[in-house]
Amino acid sequence: MSGISNIKSHIQTFLKEIGELSYFTARFFKETFRKPFEFKEFLRQCYSMGNRSLVLVGITGFIIGLVLTLQTRPTLMEFGAVSWMPSMVGISLIREIGPMITALVCAGRIGSGIGAELGSMRVTEQIDAMEVSGTNPFKYLVVTRVLATTFMIPLLVIIGDAIGLYGSYLVEHLKGDVSFQLYFNQVFESLEFGDIIPATIKSFFFGLAIGLVGCFKGYYCGKGTAGVGRAANSAVVFTSLLLFIIDFIAVFAADIFYDL
Amino acid sequence: MIEKSNILPQEKEIVLEIKNLNKSFADNHVLKNFNMKLYKGENLVIMGKSGSGKSVMIKCLVGLIQADSGIISVMHKDITTLNQTALDILRSDIGFLFQGSALYDSMTVRENLEFPLRRHSSRFEKNMDTNTLVMEALENVGLAHAVDLMPAELSGGMQRRVALARTLILQPKIILYDEPTSGLDPITAKEIIILMQDIQKKYNTSSLIITHDVDCARAISDRMVLLIDGTNYAEGTYDTLSASTDPKVKAFFKH
Ligand SMILES: Nc1ncnc2c1ncn2[C@@H]1O[C@H](COP(=O)(O)OP(=O)(O)OP(=O)(O)O)[C@@H](O)[C@H]1O
Ligand SMILES: [Mg+2]
Repeated sequence: MSGISNIKSHIQTFLKEIGELSYFTARFFKETFRKPFEFKEFLRQCYSMGNRSLVLVGITGFIIGLVLTLQTRPTLMEFGAVSWMPSMVGISLIREIGPMITALVCAGRIGSGIGAELGSMRVTEQIDAMEVSGTNPFKYLVVTRVLATTFMIPLLVIIGDAIGLYGSYLVEHLKGDVSFQLYFNQVFESLEFGDIIPATIKSFFFGLAIGLVGCFKGYYCGKGTAGVGRAANSAVVFTSLLLFIIDFIAVFAADIFYDL
Repeated sequence: MIEKSNILPQEKEIVLEIKNLNKSFADNHVLKNFNMKLYKGENLVIMGKSGSGKSVMIKCLVGLIQADSGIISVMHKDITTLNQTALDILRSDIGFLFQGSALYDSMTVRENLEFPLRRHSSRFEKNMDTNTLVMEALENVGLAHAVDLMPAELSGGMQRRVALARTLILQPKIILYDEPTSGLDPITAKEIIILMQDIQKKYNTSSLIITHDVDCARAISDRMVLLIDGTNYAEGTYDTLSASTDPKVKAFFKH
């Protein structure tokens, strides 16, 4: 009985969060189109986000490419289908694994960073100080950060994909003596716009979700240092959950689109 | 020869007034019909226990917290009726020193001081460059050498002084100090109080000072209001209040 009521209260909290987040999102869109646009702060955020997560995205992409290839190789060999490797890795990496892994890594790196940063600014009254000095903190802090993640995540996804493919190529090169040109020719031959476009659109939404949840948690941070910790932590948890939901919807939508 | 100001009856213009302010958070009724007036050029100290709602009251004054009911007028304007633009203009006449300094910790001292100028540079003549303003404000608090440091590299007392400089850079007519000496040792606290007095003399500002530091109150107050049980329980000069026999008032002054 208590188990069920526990689940019920969890779902209630989650739905309440979704409601508040929707309101926050609406405010984001409203404020984005209001002057003045804080272009300098936006660029600064893009730079710092790229700078902070590039190496991490590169390493995870590389390892995923390696592992994916090493693990599928024996199976494909068994069926005499090793020559399909580039197409298989290319499609799975670009359509699904690349965006998802990159977004999850960035949720941990960028999302929690935003949550902690805005949270500590809230707790130490820096956000209030901004407001009384005539700068709209929502525009200056939230709009710039959310736009920055929305632009930077797709970019990082592309970089992660490229490095992942390179990792996969290395395995093929060492184990099967495949040339760089042959490998990538095969990858690009098997890829269609139908693979790339949905993946890119999905990445934009991943970026939006990471920025919005991070800012939402930080902006409405609870009191004290405990509040900041909670903001950073719940930003990651909530974003990750949201990423899977968006992924599910995206795959579903793409599927319907193909059937038409 | 008699000075002119001594002959004329003291002209008492009200720059800031709160009438019947109420504010609660859920069941926590923090402010109950709080009233207060700040006259031009005076130093008004508001004293109250920790958690009595001093910060809430001062944040209602600048519209950072929405009051439940009551009238708040700043320089004869009711702040609850202003739109965002008008509120921003009004706020540029009010300096706010936050309880924990609230320096932007991702920016240098210089950038911290430049921040209020972003929106309100029109207050100054065109040929006035930002650097001059920043350096002048820092010299006022004796920290010109720290201009390129980050807030984290400063001591608590230095942070408070930089925050004070940032508050002063727009040359506000009213300054609200939220516990300017809290968390500082007595000597540094004394320095801050002297700075506040200098500023008051130099720019003839009206100040509202929130504190629970009796020494600070004695040093700086022209008049005091005691915030007890969410309302303006007692008012008067330091001397009259410290001589009071009311137990709740006495509790503030006995060491
Ligand atoms: N945003 C808020 N949400 C809920 N309650 C709040 C909020 N801000 C303040 N309070 C409550 O209002 C009361 C007064 O808080 P306030 O910060 O004004 O105290 P204070 O008089 O400034 O105390 P101190 O001297 O410690 O700074 C406290 O009980 C506090 O819990
Ligand atoms: Mg306070």
